[in-house]
Parts: sequence; C-alpha cells; structure tokens
Amino acid sequence: MSNLRTLIFATALAVAAPAVAEEKPVDPYTQSSANAGAIPFTGDQMLAAFHGRDGVARIVDDTLDRSVADPKLREIFHATDMERLRRTLKEQVVYLLGAPVAYTGRDMKTTHKDQGINTAEFNILVEHLQLAMDKEGVAYRYQNQLLAKLAPMKRDVVTR
Amino acid sequence: MTSKSGVISLALGLAMAGSLAEASDMETSGKLLLTGGVTSVEGAGGGGLASWATITGYGTRDEWGANAHATLVELPDYQFRAGGVSVGFHDRVEVSYTRQAFDTGETGAKLGLGQGFTFNQDVVGAKVRVLGDAVYAQDSWVPQVAVGVQWKKNDRDTLIKALGGKDDSGVDYYVAATKVLLNQSLVMSGALRATKANQTGLLGFGGGKNDDYQIQFEGSAGYLVSKRLLIGAEYRSKPDNLVGLKEDDWVDVFAAYAFNKNLSVTAAYADLGTIATFKDQRGLYLSIQAGF
Ligand code: HEM
Repeated sequence: MSNLRTLIFATALAVAAPAVAEEKPVDPYTQSSANAGAIPFTGDQMLAAFHGRDGVARIVDDTLDRSVADPKLREIFHATDMERLRRTLKEQVVYLLGAPVAYTGRDMKTTHKDQGINTAEFNILVEHLQLAMDKEGVAYRYQNQLLAKLAPMKRDVVTR
Repeated sequence: MTSKSGVISLALGLAMAGSLAEASDMETSGKLLLTGGVTSVEGAGGGGLASWATITGYGTRDEWGANAHATLVELPDYQFRAGGVSVGFHDRVEVSYTRQAFDTGETGAKLGLGQGFTFNQDVVGAKVRVLGDAVYAQDSWVPQVAVGVQWKKNDRDTLIKALGGKDDSGVDYYVAATKVLLNQSLVMSGALRATKANQTGLLGFGGGKNDDYQIQFEGSAGYLVSKRLLIGAEYRSKPDNLVGLKEDDWVDVFAAYAFNKNLSVTAAYADLGTIATFKDQRGLYLSIQAGF
C-alpha cells in the first residue's frame, strides 16, 4: 500500500518536473519544422561554431535576458510566456543550425502578428543577439550566417 | 591650412572623438552598425569614392538619421578636403550638402595659379531608394537599388574656361545597387553615373575632348571583419574631357571602423592617378563621420 502511494507520488512528480509543464497553453496550431521560417544549414559545422545545443541555450537565454531588461523592449514581453519562448527559440535556432531536431513552435507570422513590433525594435533584439553571440565567443562570420537566416523573418515579425 | 596641420588636426579630432565614443557604448536603435556605409567625397551615404544604394544615418523606415563628415585626402601635389551634412528620412530619401576644396598648395605656383590656389565646389545631393533591401532580404539576390542626383557648382568659372572646361556647374545622375551578403560577410555595390564632370567637377564640366554625358562605373567590395570593421576596395571610372589635362580612374583600398553608431572613421590608400598634369597622385584618405 505504501509502495503504491510512493509510486503515485513519484509519477506525479515526474509529470510536473519538466519545464514544459510550466508553459501556458496556446491555441492549437499545426506543428511543422517549416514553422521555423528558414531552411536549416546542413552538416554539423554551424552547430559546432555555436558550441552545440548548450551554447545555443546560453545565447538564447542571454539574448532574452537582455531584451526583457531593455527599457525599449520590456513592454513587448510584458505578457509573454517566457518559459515557452525560451524553449521554442532555442529549438528554432538549434534546428536552423542543422541539428537533427524538430521545431515545435508556431510560425513567425502568426506568433508576432499582434505584437506591434517595428524595425527599430527588431534591430535592437538582433543587437542583443549579437552581444550574446559575442559573449559565447561565436566567430563573427558564423554569427552573420545565422543572421542571414533570421534577417528575412523581419517581413513576418515587423508589422508596423 | 597647410597640408601637415590639416592631417594633424584631423588626427587629433579622431583621437578625441574616439575617447568620447568609448564613454557611450550603448548601441540600441536604428540599423545595424556600418550597414548604412560611410560618406562619399560627394557627400552621399555609401563608400568613400563609390556610390551606394543605402540611405545615410541609422534611421529605420520609421525614423530619420543624419550625419556630418569631414574628409581629407593628402596627395603628393595636392590636398583635397570635404565637409558636409546628410540626412536620411525613413530609410527612403537622402539629401546632402557637401563643400569640397581642391587645394593646389605649392603646386599652384608651379601651375601658374598662385601658391595655395584652391578650387571649391558645392554639391547638393538627393537619393531615393526605389526597390530591394540590402540587409534584411538575405533570402533574395535582389539588391537594394537607389537613384540619385547631384547638383554641383564650382567657384572657379574663369579658370575652368581657361583650362578648356565648358561649364562651372553640372548635374550628375546615378543608379546604385548594393547588397550585404551576410552569409559571406560581404558588402557588394555597383553604380552607374551619367556625368560630364572633370575630376568630379572640381575642374568643371565638359571639355574639348568631350562635352556629352558619359556613363561611368563605380564599384566597391568590402569584407565585414567584425561588427565594427569593414575593409575593402573601390574603383571609380571617370570621364576624360579636358584637352591636355588627362584624367584617370580612381581606386582605393579602405578600412572603415565604427566606434559606435555615432562615430566612424574611414582610412584609405587612394590612387587618383594624374590630376592636372601631375602624375601618380596616391595618398592617404581620412574621413570622420559623426551622426545618428
Ligand atoms: C528573427 C527574429 C525573431 C525570431 C526568430 C523570433 C522567434 C520567436 C519564437 C520562436 C517565438 C515563440 C513561438 C511560439 O510560441 O510558438 C516568438 C515569440 C515571441 N516573440 Fe519573437 N522572434 C523574433 C523577433 C522578435 C522581436 C524583434 C520581438 C520583439 C522585440 C519578438 C517578440 C516576441 C514575443 C513578445 C513573443 C511571444 C508571443 C506570444 O506570447 O504569443 N520577437 N518569437
């Protein structure tokens, strides 16, 4: 009996433990890696240049920390589920850099359509990303290669 | 000012501006560093000798941006100076004003013009971005394209006529195409210019050999070494209108460094060929640009 209780308790913990569980639900959408908005790099050179998935995780966390702390961007992230944003953005970048993973987030147009982001705000976020990549020690030419994938997404992200 | 004091005061200005720039390292608005280029000898946003399709300043399509520049080219037998301002609106339209001085220094006496004889020229420019996006549209080969016009007026009408020039003023028209290739960390730019200008107009417009508009080419290629540093080379073909005063195409190799969005400097080694019978005019090009 006490064994069973332990088992139930352990199972409940296991379900609650992953970060995913802390994410707020979103409206249903069709999952597809195409939602990542660009064709990924092939080979493992790009991911290596970003120090693998751990490097990308540090870069994304740093980028978002800088963005949320930025007086010019703070408002935009006011109601954002940062838990979900951190997970999906890491996934997206890792996917674009050529890792054999799927991107499970929403597409850029749908995600940003009500955010009212302008060009200057887009650039500020890119600059935070550049600083984060600098901090991680990613060589500049590789930074630019990632930016080449992200830059065209301005069409979907910037709505005003 | 003499050639030497010119270089020294510019160098001092650079050093001072550099230390000021270090104090403010926030870079959080407008365009990305260096993507607007620097300021050309004719005052337009772009390369030093060649025209680009970019709109000056760090203003985005919702903002405006402006720049002031001071440029000095120290040649064996001459000194070239330029200073001016340019304003970009909504990353769409650029207007600029620059005053150029072509100082013959000691050479003036040898040419019989008098020591320190200087040609001055006012250049008023306007440029409009017509299509494409140099920076964001990385998924397309279509460059950013702009058309521009430059009104030029020289203050040495009598002498220009005596040299065989037909006019002391003229209008240049150009179309420029520029693309930043982020995947290669390259900036490529080409422009076609319809012009009658002799030495960009410093020696007037038209001449005995030719008095018609000719299409000239300007090209530049740069490599983005870091966020702050662009190195590259430029080429600019020129007309050869004046009888007896052969004019050459221009080339340079350059390095443009952005301390931040408010301040950048460009240093180049320029080969301006023969100017007013004096051959091998090669020397240091220095330009400082401040703006937002
Ligand atoms: C190329 C640039 C960008 C990329 C790749 C990107 C990527 C993403 C991703 C993957 C998500 C989450 C998708 C999901 O929840 O399924 C997201 C959401 C979000 N992004 Fe971006 N983003 C970009 C630019 C920006 C900029 C410039 C801003 C604001 C300055 C911004 C603000 C937001 C906000 C507020 C959300 C949360 C939306 C919500 O709560 O529904 N993004 N972005």
